[in-house]
Amino acid sequence: MNAMSPLPIAEAAGRAPSLEAIGMTKIFGPLVALDDVSLKVEAGSFHALLGENGAGKSTLVKSIMGFYAADKGRVLLDGREVVIKSPRDARANGIGMVYQQFTLVPCLTAAENLVISRADAPSVIDWTKEKKALNAFLETMPFKVPLDTQVSSLSAGEKQKLEILKLLYLDQRFMILDEPTSVLTPGEADEMLGLLGGMAARKEITVLMISHKFREVKAFCDSFTVLRRGKFTGAGDAKTATIAEMSQMMIGDTTIRERAKRLTQSEKPDVLELAGLFAEDNDGLPAIRAINLKIKAGEIVGIAGVSGNGQSALVEALAGQRKLSDGEIRIHGEAFHPNRSAFDRFKVFGLPEEPLKNATVPKMSVAENLAFRAFDKPPVASLGWWMSPGPMRRKAEDLIARYRIKTTSPDSPIETLSGGNVQRAVLARELSGDVDVLIVANPCFGLDFASVAEIRSQIMEQRNRGAAVLLVSEDLDEILELADRVAVMSGGTINYISPVEDTDRNIIGQHMAGH
Amino acid sequence: MTAEAVPASAILLRSGNVRVKKLAETIAIPLGALLASAVLFSIFLLLLGKSPIEFFALVWTGGFGSSFAIQQSLQRAAPLLLTGLAFAIPARIGLTIIGGEGALVLGGFAAAAIAIPLVSNSAPAFLTLPIMAIFAMSAGGIWIGLAGWLRHYRGVNETISSLLLSYIAIAIMNFFVEGMLRDPSSANKPSTMPIGDAYKVGNIPGLDVHWGLAAGILLAVVLYILMSRTTFGFAARMTGGNPRAALAQGLPVGFLIVSCCMIAGACAGLAGFFEVAAIHGQANASLVAGYGFTGILVAFLARHNPLVIIPVAVLFGAIAASGGVIQRRMAMPDATVLVLQGILFVVLLVSETFYGRFKIFQPGRTGDRT
Repeated sequence: MNAMSPLPIAEAAGRAPSLEAIGMTKIFGPLVALDDVSLKVEAGSFHALLGENGAGKSTLVKSIMGFYAADKGRVLLDGREVVIKSPRDARANGIGMVYQQFTLVPCLTAAENLVISRADAPSVIDWTKEKKALNAFLETMPFKVPLDTQVSSLSAGEKQKLEILKLLYLDQRFMILDEPTSVLTPGEADEMLGLLGGMAARKEITVLMISHKFREVKAFCDSFTVLRRGKFTGAGDAKTATIAEMSQMMIGDTTIRERAKRLTQSEKPDVLELAGLFAEDNDGLPAIRAINLKIKAGEIVGIAGVSGNGQSALVEALAGQRKLSDGEIRIHGEAFHPNRSAFDRFKVFGLPEEPLKNATVPKMSVAENLAFRAFDKPPVASLGWWMSPGPMRRKAEDLIARYRIKTTSPDSPIETLSGGNVQRAVLARELSGDVDVLIVANPCFGLDFASVAEIRSQIMEQRNRGAAVLLVSEDLDEILELADRVAVMSGGTINYISPVEDTDRNIIGQHMAGH
Repeated sequence: MTAEAVPASAILLRSGNVRVKKLAETIAIPLGALLASAVLFSIFLLLLGKSPIEFFALVWTGGFGSSFAIQQSLQRAAPLLLTGLAFAIPARIGLTIIGGEGALVLGGFAAAAIAIPLVSNSAPAFLTLPIMAIFAMSAGGIWIGLAGWLRHYRGVNETISSLLLSYIAIAIMNFFVEGMLRDPSSANKPSTMPIGDAYKVGNIPGLDVHWGLAAGILLAVVLYILMSRTTFGFAARMTGGNPRAALAQGLPVGFLIVSCCMIAGACAGLAGFFEVAAIHGQANASLVAGYGFTGILVAFLARHNPLVIIPVAVLFGAIAASGGVIQRRMAMPDATVLVLQGILFVVLLVSETFYGRFKIFQPGRTGDRT
């Protein structure tokens, strides 16, 4: 473990450790998050950890990393038991992790980030010497990152690579990656996973990757372990197991609500029209440019794209959270200005991404959150300003029952609900009335299988009833499943649009990358 | 995630439970903070070689020990009630406005200034006083409203701007009081012209406490209803809890923020009006008495609940009123009570971080795993 003089790759070969976790148990209050889970990752293998959200994947890796003290269980590294009480111990044992959120310092350069990450970074840094050492180190690496560029101006793919380089620079040869491809284009993802797979095959590193994507697991991983509700449900060879077998282990016998059928619709009139929309981001730089789009009644238009290409600015502009600098939104041919009366008049509803952050007030109760659309109208409000808690509560109880929202009480703060139930509460509030226009953004991000199916079928139902639906999603499969037409956003504008039956994953992927 | 429908009776039972737990938490934590500060302050006294027991006994007798003491406490509670509201209302919409002092001073000054032409033309008191009050509330309202406007439309931090606006308000008063509005007869302490006893706000019948207390209590009740039972209050709480969600619901966030700030400023301005019209009879440096800052403490201890502000303001009024007794009997400077207030403030701020940390107060989370 001497990061000062990184080992040339030739010497590194064969240094990949194996890791075994045995009987890991972690209990949070009344909740058994991990129940006697074992996991074996062979030296030099590319191992996938599969499971729905809430299955305990994060708890398991955090227990291995020493973020949590497991209540029971042992960790063996190369067959020898190690005690890991903190991430510092994990690091000393050569175990490193890349988190979903980047842990780089944005205002420093790549080189600076690498050097300061070292535990033994000197108080006075001799940059000439360090740069030389870094260049020598990079020579031995399969992928490169510009060392003198500020991290904030690197692309998501480059940042991800830098995170991985950081682990290698610190000589952490057991790598845990938490959904590493969620911010990458399909092309970038394949390139990165391919390189990591190659390094693993040469026994330079061992990789444990948390993933949701069967396609990546099948294409790049050697073996996999599946968790469900905190329990081990299976493991096997990723090359031979079928996707059906893996998903069976992931979702078990849960019955999934039947997917709503796509009704074929006769040609309907345009409902939502975006005419030359421009908006700026918080720093005053253009976030969306010249967005033109028409959506008919009974149609879902899916907007695909790598995150950060203006999709969230577009959704914010439609929801009234961001000012347009130019252009006009029209509904049924009339100008639409996103304020409360217009939302009601044009029957515009929304399911924003990260509902707890964007669509609820976490500290207010479930009942109050369910009343956001209705609190200033009868029967909750009389005379336009006096509110009666009775009708609000009855409405809430009705919605909680109808949408099967799991909560201890209508008075519980909504932040105490699980992600799926928060989304269900928002769904109940936004979709229980008449909907003409529906704006949806990453509705299933971070949700479990059963909730995903249910939410998608609700969106489809609104389409079938004649709503014009704008669906922004980073999940291409979701768009291919739901949309009637696909549009691709890149660099803040729509550069491709096509009926879903006339396109495919490859064409869309190329446009996502800006070609 | 296959949830079976929960019977309505079970929901009712559990919801009662959730409310009780929430209430218990909001009582237990501030009480604990009060206790902890009493302990810390006792240590401070012991280090000085004084008896904590004697001190707290004196606070009790000085604050509540006699009808005179109680009236002294209530007299001081009146402005604290109003400045407490001035902090609590913006806090509900997510703003930390600490400029109550400035709004009080500016309100008091505006009242005293508008009184000059009215009094010198012998306008009747029943006209003069309401006009003074309206000027005081408008001046305070505009002042804090400005901090809210800067916050929403220009992104200026409202805590800093309201504090700086306070200094400007005090400077404005000094500028006029020492300059063109100075009463020539106020030699040692520059002041505006006294309004005279005929124009003073009297006492509540049967009490030696001026009407400011009644006005404060009334306002606290009205604002409580406004914040908890009206669409305005609901929208304000939504905005305070999550401005992004409020915008996505199409709420007029800017209007709500500026309105709440103006209400707050009007409360503090009204406190200034009563200081001038009931106590000092003129505007001078005595208006800068720190009520605006102690009000912050009052609001914090009351968890920004306008109704709870009433008893808390009385408690702080009592602590302030006992300052004189402590000075005489324990041979300690009357600033000693400020040390107590300071300790209380720090402990209260720390106690804010304990909400949601104690398991016994939590309704129980519903099956989240990651």
